[in-house]
Amino acid sequence: MTIADQVTGTPIAGTAGAKPVDVKPAEAKPRVAAPAISLPAIGERELRLDLFRGLALWLIFIDHLPPSLLTWFTIRNYGFSDATEIFIFISGYTAAFVYGRAMLESGVVIATARILRRVWQIYVAHVFLFTIFLAEISYVATSFENPLYTEEMGIMDFLKQPDVTIVQALLLRFRPVNMDVLPLYIVLMLALPVILWSMKWKPDLTLALSAVLYAVTWEYDLYFSAYPNGFWAFNPLAWQLLFVFGAWCALGGARRMSRILASPVTMWIAIAYIVAAFYVTLTWYVPQLSHLMPKRLEQWMYPIDKTDLDVLRLTHFLALAALTVRFLPRDWPGLTSPWLRPLILCGSHSLEIFCLGVFLAFAGHFILAEISGGAAMHAVISLSGILIMWGVAWVISWYKRVADKSGAKTKNAVGNADMAGGG
Amino acid sequence: MKAKVLLSLVLLCGCLAAPQARAGDAAPAAPATPPACELPSYLLSSESQLPKVAEAIKSGKPLEILVIGSRSTTIPASEDASYPARMQAILRDKLPPQETVHVSVEIQSKKTAEEAAATFVKLMEAKRPTLVIWQTGTVDAIRAIDPDDFRGAVTEGVSALQNAGADVVLMNLQYSPRTETMISVPPYLDNMKVVAQEHDVPLFDRFAIMRQWNDQGQFDLFSPSRGPELAKQVHDCLGRALAQFVIDAAHLGPAQQQN
Repeated sequence: MTIADQVTGTPIAGTAGAKPVDVKPAEAKPRVAAPAISLPAIGERELRLDLFRGLALWLIFIDHLPPSLLTWFTIRNYGFSDATEIFIFISGYTAAFVYGRAMLESGVVIATARILRRVWQIYVAHVFLFTIFLAEISYVATSFENPLYTEEMGIMDFLKQPDVTIVQALLLRFRPVNMDVLPLYIVLMLALPVILWSMKWKPDLTLALSAVLYAVTWEYDLYFSAYPNGFWAFNPLAWQLLFVFGAWCALGGARRMSRILASPVTMWIAIAYIVAAFYVTLTWYVPQLSHLMPKRLEQWMYPIDKTDLDVLRLTHFLALAALTVRFLPRDWPGLTSPWLRPLILCGSHSLEIFCLGVFLAFAGHFILAEISGGAAMHAVISLSGILIMWGVAWVISWYKRVADKSGAKTKNAVGNADMAGGG
Repeated sequence: MKAKVLLSLVLLCGCLAAPQARAGDAAPAAPATPPACELPSYLLSSESQLPKVAEAIKSGKPLEILVIGSRSTTIPASEDASYPARMQAILRDKLPPQETVHVSVEIQSKKTAEEAAATFVKLMEAKRPTLVIWQTGTVDAIRAIDPDDFRGAVTEGVSALQNAGADVVLMNLQYSPRTETMISVPPYLDNMKVVAQEHDVPLFDRFAIMRQWNDQGQFDLFSPSRGPELAKQVHDCLGRALAQFVIDAAHLGPAQQQN
């Protein structure tokens, strides 16, 4: 959108005041159709990115709730990869698209400053979630004394020294369960200026370096340590590969790969791999099948490591992505159908909706614990959580539209140079 | 002199009473598991076997079981109601009456799998059990021990137990919905599953079992109650399930029907 506006000079909504990552790529590929520029901003978005990020946010929310019937709809039950891969890849893609442009147009310093501002927003969001977590855990510690669980209550021991814990949390070293994605995102975004700068210079080499870092991480077992012990649940040194790959695709890699993606060989390899992965996951749930799995293969394959983004997970995601790109063209009419609107809306406000999802998962646990834990209640919580996410995304969109409309005149007066710096 | 007479009288009565009590127990316990404890059979089946247990029972040797656990092995102030004690009672019921079953418990409070495994060689020398039920993972999950290290420690522990000549059953963590947002359990469950598979050791899936009870409404594991009642009932069911699991894994089907 940013570029489109600058080309025509028309003050279209949704640009200046918007937060940078929310400004989605208008066109991933340079063959921007000229008429598209005059369309309303929303029509220019790469809706597939929003759609799948929205989907990832819903799945992350459902995965964070206790398992229920709905859990069976999440993709982690059908293969190796899950919503986290989608989220990180699309984040890399959109971040590179938005800030890559900024770097080309306004220079490295300005783009870096905008990225750092974004990092700060994510950091604040993380601290906010941590505060809610502290409140919840303190409540449980004081109210829950079932003798069945005296051992599990050992988790509350950290409350005995809040000084250390809170400082460690601010340093991102103490990260409670379900709060691992944002710290990963923060670190990846911090590295983004370097990634973009290097991509601007030699994109393929950057991707290769990223792959080397991934390999070195595996070879030498590098990790980020955590407090009080252990390590980060998502190792940024490994997960950066997916983020950088997303960035690489956004900055022209996808176009250069289009021939590979269009080839039937790729398609059949992807299908074969996904079917094989599905079969393997099936053996986890239907133990009767497990004797059909060769022991050798099992020993080689397990454990499939999420922390370091196992190669099996990465390839599974790539296979899924290849099929998605092939069978879901960017101009697929279904993308504008009202049925997918909720997902797309959520996906276009990812940080807000992600935080909301984590909060709602906490709240859902709380309600299940305090009121009742039945399956019906569970379904109600899951569905109302998704409805709330949709509602809030709608309100944010509405507010942005209104705010941009009223701000448009002033912005126009200042001039278009302002627009790129609006993040 | 008086004391001696009294003592021998007590002993005599004890000897006479014991078989009667045994016979009395067997009748009501045999019919079925209480409805609260019911479980689908896949949660109690294992492809791995317990050959040493089977052999001990076939040859009429005493069955010495050692439960190595942590604080969730017991109920504070109600030891007799904890699952090892319940398992002992049920096994005595279900196995042929001439079979001696003895369950002892070794609590490794606040120890990780690695710390617990370090004690196994000495422990096995002292106890010489036929079967070891090793319940672990909770402390590791609370302390967020590296899952790879955890797997290594469980592997070592299982090997040490097997080398000392015992059958091994692994038991994983409790299902604790109240702390689900605070303790990350899945990596530890997965790694225990992997070790069990690699070493062909039956895994008693306590987590899935307790979750089943909670989901089916047999027990409300969210309950904040401070009384020991819920804990006692859950442990009773766990003890029954564990006894059944051991009997099945040792392929003692016919013996079961003797009761």
